[in-house]
Amino acid sequence: MAFYMIGERINGMFKDIGEAVAKFDPKPIQDWAVKQTQAGAAYIDLNVGPTAADRLKSMEWMAKIISEVTDVPIALDSTNYDAIEAGLVAIGKPGALINSCPNERAKIERVFPMAAKYGAGIVALTMDKSGIPLNADARVAHAMELVAAADEFGVPTDSLFIDPLILPCNVAQPHAPEVLEALRQIKTLCDPAPHTTLGLSNVSQGTPDRSLVNRTYVVMAICAGLDSAIIDVGDDTMVEAIATADMLLNHAIYCDSYVKVYRQG
Amino acid sequence: MPVEIYKDKFTGKGQEVILGATKEQGGTRAYTVKLGGSSTLPFLFYEGEIPNRPVIAMEVWDIKPDWSPCFDQYYGDVWNDPAAWAKKAEGYGADVIYLRLKGADPELENSKTPEECAKVVKAVLAATGAPLMVEGPGQPDKDNDVLQAVADAAAGENIALGTAEKDNYRGIAAAAMMGKHCIIGRSPVDINILKQLNIMITEMGVPLDKVINDPLTGGLGYGIEYSYSTMERARWGALIGDKMMTPPVVCLAGPEAWRAKEPNAANEDAGPGWGDQPDRGIMWEAMTAVALLQAGGDLVLMRHPEAVKLVKKHIDTLMVSNKY
Repeated sequence: MAFYMIGERINGMFKDIGEAVAKFDPKPIQDWAVKQTQAGAAYIDLNVGPTAADRLKSMEWMAKIISEVTDVPIALDSTNYDAIEAGLVAIGKPGALINSCPNERAKIERVFPMAAKYGAGIVALTMDKSGIPLNADARVAHAMELVAAADEFGVPTDSLFIDPLILPCNVAQPHAPEVLEALRQIKTLCDPAPHTTLGLSNVSQGTPDRSLVNRTYVVMAICAGLDSAIIDVGDDTMVEAIATADMLLNHAIYCDSYVKVYRQG
Repeated sequence: MPVEIYKDKFTGKGQEVILGATKEQGGTRAYTVKLGGSSTLPFLFYEGEIPNRPVIAMEVWDIKPDWSPCFDQYYGDVWNDPAAWAKKAEGYGADVIYLRLKGADPELENSKTPEECAKVVKAVLAATGAPLMVEGPGQPDKDNDVLQAVADAAAGENIALGTAEKDNYRGIAAAAMMGKHCIIGRSPVDINILKQLNIMITEMGVPLDKVINDPLTGGLGYGIEYSYSTMERARWGALIGDKMMTPPVVCLAGPEAWRAKEPNAANEDAGPGWGDQPDRGIMWEAMTAVALLQAGGDLVLMRHPEAVKLVKKHIDTLMVSNKY
């Protein structure tokens, strides 16, 4: 099974997107949707960012204008679940991704039935109110509860994208190997196994050569069981490393243009 | 507690390819055949859909072939008349006619010209109602000229043109594209090259629903297990979502089986326990075809009418759903 790249670029934290959201200017958003589609994104993340005056309205509008220019499903990225629901309604078809839900009962009860209703997947975080655990076992315990919740609310386990949460290596270095171990174990929790995902760029926050750290860690994580990540799909060397790791794990049949084929999905 | 039997679930499926065109579709064929389209491994009806029955194509040459004399009783009077030969093959149960333009081989004296090949194709189309596949002589330059003429002569008939290989696919792909025909891509039992070839053919603009693959199979006793592994892996690739591995697969069962010594040897030259010719040859071909169907062949090219009968009967039993 191929590795899913979730394109991170449509996020109000980026200046061009933030301005576009504030002015309801579709062009920069649609341009990035097309660009990320061509680069091989399997999902396009949509985060309205902090500048949006009305998150619900912005989410709805952005989901709509992105759907106009690409068939790639959208990952609706928000902590405001009403805004996510508005996005799901605007998309109007199954296959979207809800990004994200932690292992907290009240949030699970809001998000999981919504995912079942709209046929959406869920990025489920291995954390609760007490924060992100350090060791792999505690991450896996959260994952198990999230898998049980999926079963409880009628969400197929392979619609679940469990994110064991990576932290910047320069401030929280012990997390990196723990996340790898958590990935290995999450893949054995149930059958079909849940998907796994990471907000990959987080690992390299504050390091001088972010691309190097990102692509090294993504290959290590793919080897441990990572099958999707929110990444910069415009980082060619990283996408090439992902395509190669995917091929070397025998997830795709080798051919001379395997990198190109990977990008074409 | 009820026992739940494990079933594989696949995300991809084989590409369906239609061969031939009826009058309504702009051709003159009596019917069309659909190849491929399965969403499971061969004949495992309980894990997916198998929408199309495997198809039998029969071999017709444009010159007299050097086949075992045991074929004379079936085709002896038509060796030099491909149209009449094709009509006979249709009578023997061919779903598809597979015309091999061996006579255009530039090494031959009186090698047929592209125009002569086009005439043969027209005559075969006029004599039969079955969809047609046409293979050039296998020499790159001549293949390009011959298949271009054939593509024009068969305009609207949605025939299959073969065979495109890694170093010789552009001309054939162009002819297929212009004439809206199908193309047969072949690789020498090499799945990586096969995938690359499909990429190159589709990049030229041939849609994937016009591509048929020939993974170049071995005959029984001569590397068929290697073909089996290659084909199984190709199907598996298609089922897990590798689009470039989805084209339906054609297997040259007849030609490969009859290339071996065993089916051809006269009784006095046969080894102990080999049995009598021609039954031995018929069984050799039928077993080759059946093994290749089990490996995932969507179309088997066959030669002996009795072997065709046996394999058709066997396909009937294989196509009874074993769903539970």
